[in-house]
Amino acid sequence: MRIPSGCAISAIMDRSGARHSGADILKSITLMHDRSNGLGGGFAAYGIYPDYANLYAFHLFFEDQEAKHATEEYLGHHYIVEVSERIPTTKSHKVNDGPITWRYFARPRPGVLEMEELSEDEFTMRCVTHINMSIEGAFVSSSGKNMGAFKGVGYPEDIGEFYHIADYQAWLWTAHGRFPTNTPGWWGGAHPFTLLDWSVVHNGEISSYDANRRWVEQFGYECTLMTDTEVITYLFDHLVRHEGLSQEMAAHVMTAPMWDEIDRMPPERRELEYALRAVYSSALVNGPFSIIVGSSKGMLALNDRLKLRSLMAADKDDIVYLASEESAIRVICPDCKNIRPIGGGEPFFVGLYPDVDVLGGAR
Amino acid sequence: MISSVLPNFKVVRDKDRCIQCGVCERQCSNNVHHKDDVLGVITAEDSRCVCCQRCVVMCPTNALHIERYPQVNRANANWTHDLVQGVYREAETGGVLLTSMGNPEPYPVYWDHLLLNASQVTNPSIDPLREPMETRVILGRKPAHIEVNEREGKLITKLPPQLVLDFPIMFGAMSYGAISLNAQKTLAMAARELGTMFNTGEGGLHRDLEEYADNAIVQVASGRFGVDAHYLNTARMIEIKIGQGAKPGIGGHLPGEKVTEDVSRTRMIPEGTDAISPAPHHDIYSIEDLRQLITSLKEATRYTKPISVKIAAVHNIAAIASGVARAGADVIVVDGFRGGTGAAPLRIRDNVGIPIELALASVDQRLRDESIRSEVSVIAAGSIRSSADVVRAIALGADAVYIGTAALLAMGCHLCKSCSAGTCNWGIATTRTDLSKRLNPEIQTEHVVNLIHAWGHEIEEMIGGMGINSIDSLRGNRLMLRGVGLNEKELSILGVKHAGE
Repeated sequence: MRIPSGCAISAIMDRSGARHSGADILKSITLMHDRSNGLGGGFAAYGIYPDYANLYAFHLFFEDQEAKHATEEYLGHHYIVEVSERIPTTKSHKVNDGPITWRYFARPRPGVLEMEELSEDEFTMRCVTHINMSIEGAFVSSSGKNMGAFKGVGYPEDIGEFYHIADYQAWLWTAHGRFPTNTPGWWGGAHPFTLLDWSVVHNGEISSYDANRRWVEQFGYECTLMTDTEVITYLFDHLVRHEGLSQEMAAHVMTAPMWDEIDRMPPERRELEYALRAVYSSALVNGPFSIIVGSSKGMLALNDRLKLRSLMAADKDDIVYLASEESAIRVICPDCKNIRPIGGGEPFFVGLYPDVDVLGGAR
Repeated sequence: MISSVLPNFKVVRDKDRCIQCGVCERQCSNNVHHKDDVLGVITAEDSRCVCCQRCVVMCPTNALHIERYPQVNRANANWTHDLVQGVYREAETGGVLLTSMGNPEPYPVYWDHLLLNASQVTNPSIDPLREPMETRVILGRKPAHIEVNEREGKLITKLPPQLVLDFPIMFGAMSYGAISLNAQKTLAMAARELGTMFNTGEGGLHRDLEEYADNAIVQVASGRFGVDAHYLNTARMIEIKIGQGAKPGIGGHLPGEKVTEDVSRTRMIPEGTDAISPAPHHDIYSIEDLRQLITSLKEATRYTKPISVKIAAVHNIAAIASGVARAGADVIVVDGFRGGTGAAPLRIRDNVGIPIELALASVDQRLRDESIRSEVSVIAAGSIRSSADVVRAIALGADAVYIGTAALLAMGCHLCKSCSAGTCNWGIATTRTDLSKRLNPEIQTEHVVNLIHAWGHEIEEMIGGMGINSIDSLRGNRLMLRGVGLNEKELSILGVKHAGE
């Protein structure tokens, strides 16, 4: 069943790579309480595991011990698991019926990886897909390096408390408060949606869903959650990781310029835009959406090309803020500068400063 | 000889209204009406009437109408009227029953069991009067992967030749000979005005239409009529016709009576001879042979034109289409069993092939399962009757559609299904100059253009309602469809959910 939803999104990024606690992002998303309805909230954080920066950090949901055993057996076959621990949580009357939350820091077993003849990322993507598809009661909520997703069913502020968000230090935080228009009440279905080090928070309902899904499924993806966020993540991953486009170009393809505009471009540019629209026509995302895509390279904000969803940006010194509502930025940074809306179909990428290396052992 | 074959229609004349002007007699090429000046009456030979309604429309006093022939017989649910009559006709002539236009039998029309979606609350519908709405499509082979120089904004991988259409609707193959030059010219002029394509069919390209080369798809069929290097190069795309939905498994048939001097020159065959194209291409006995023909045509046109391959929707269509894609076709045309024809054996037309909806759905899914759907374009044909059918076809997975009958209706056709007789009173399916001059290409072009503009507006309204502003986001978007009154198997082949799900 497809799950349409409205939402609130917010993000904070320090371009210098300096890390900050989750207190601010929690405050920002909390302000937009009315944009959620208590059926999902979550956070993605980058730079939180500097001690294990080169290991895949798997965040898992288990419905029971059996699912945990099966997953651990599977992981053990494919990875050398260096750390296996409970994700610290505190239940409250607001969030109390969640699954077992666990995390593993692991690297692919060299022998297995060689046999599969895949890159580490491709190998990990397939393992994640296998766990989600084939192990009953297990769900990978994130699988990138030095990052993690913390999500569940509830209001985002309660989910943040549940996971002790304020105790983590990250250079990039994204947050999501969910307003689904039906009631699946499933933790895996909450946002951010992640794949490898991608995390996507999304507000909107895309009308091109099935066109996008059926296109991207040709390239080894399986859309099992039937959410817009999932398919947008796969589009991004495919365009960037397989097709070799930059994040901005991938975003540009997904919100391609109108033909009228292309027809007026200088010949060389026109040829390029023609080819992009012709070859990636099914990657065009239609319908109202605003998304923030986090990765180890930075964050990217994107609005649909008709600008049917709100998304504001602002900055102060090294820090860039994004949020569905301006107030959600002002509440954490009253003296922020350059408050402006993200334009429809105009990808807004915020990268780390060139000399910052957050994966190769950030401190 | 006493004949048991009954007329199909009865001509009814209101004597109070008739002024005996004789227009009906002059207009009817089937010689139904006869004005007897001595007796001062006009009579009608019902058995010759095909219900083309030319006399009804032309009668200045509205004195005429046509009825179904009222004679009852002992037809029953098994031995229907048409079957009984068919036996009489075959018994009297010993010939194959010949017919025209699309399959009229009451097989399921799946289009009519597919409903479209619209946005409410969670997602705004888009108003095409106020927002840009894109109906442009690009047909042709797409590379699996392209290299771009992002910094300089340049394309590194050059694309193979593509067709750019302003509407996802083209005019399907109708050959000169099957239809009149004026009818073909009408389609050519309309295609140019609309930014789309007409298709010459297998009958060659008349020299008067060479100026429409930029909007022409030229066909290479098993008879190779009119094919030479000049013909191949006077087009935007070349289409290899393997089969036709109305008559899968057999070749085209143009009766000698229609092969006039002009047709003979265009087809490069002797005047007055039957133009019968062979059932198979005699240089294509298997898929690897198709690859050779595709390559030959590309060589002959120096790789400047996409090559399409048209196949009839038959049982194993998905696997066939996959083979065609892998044989190098840039565009695959799937023609469903309700597709029209200028002439086909009745038993073939009414009994062979499968519906386009099911064929299209399985072809699209098969190509996706093999991860090659994005590399080729798919055109659906075989009874696209309205803009809603266009939207359904694209949502099932087509890039564009061909229309034939709808375009002919726009230029005056009354669906009398007698094209093969060559006596079309509307000047469409005839090569008699006295009849074809009744069709004014300038006037009828306007009608055809109007039709496509109307469909274009309707498509924009429908997809706008879905919250979509580009046809790109409709293609293969099967969640925009819901089935009504379909069983599980049909839903699963179509890849759609049932209404209410």
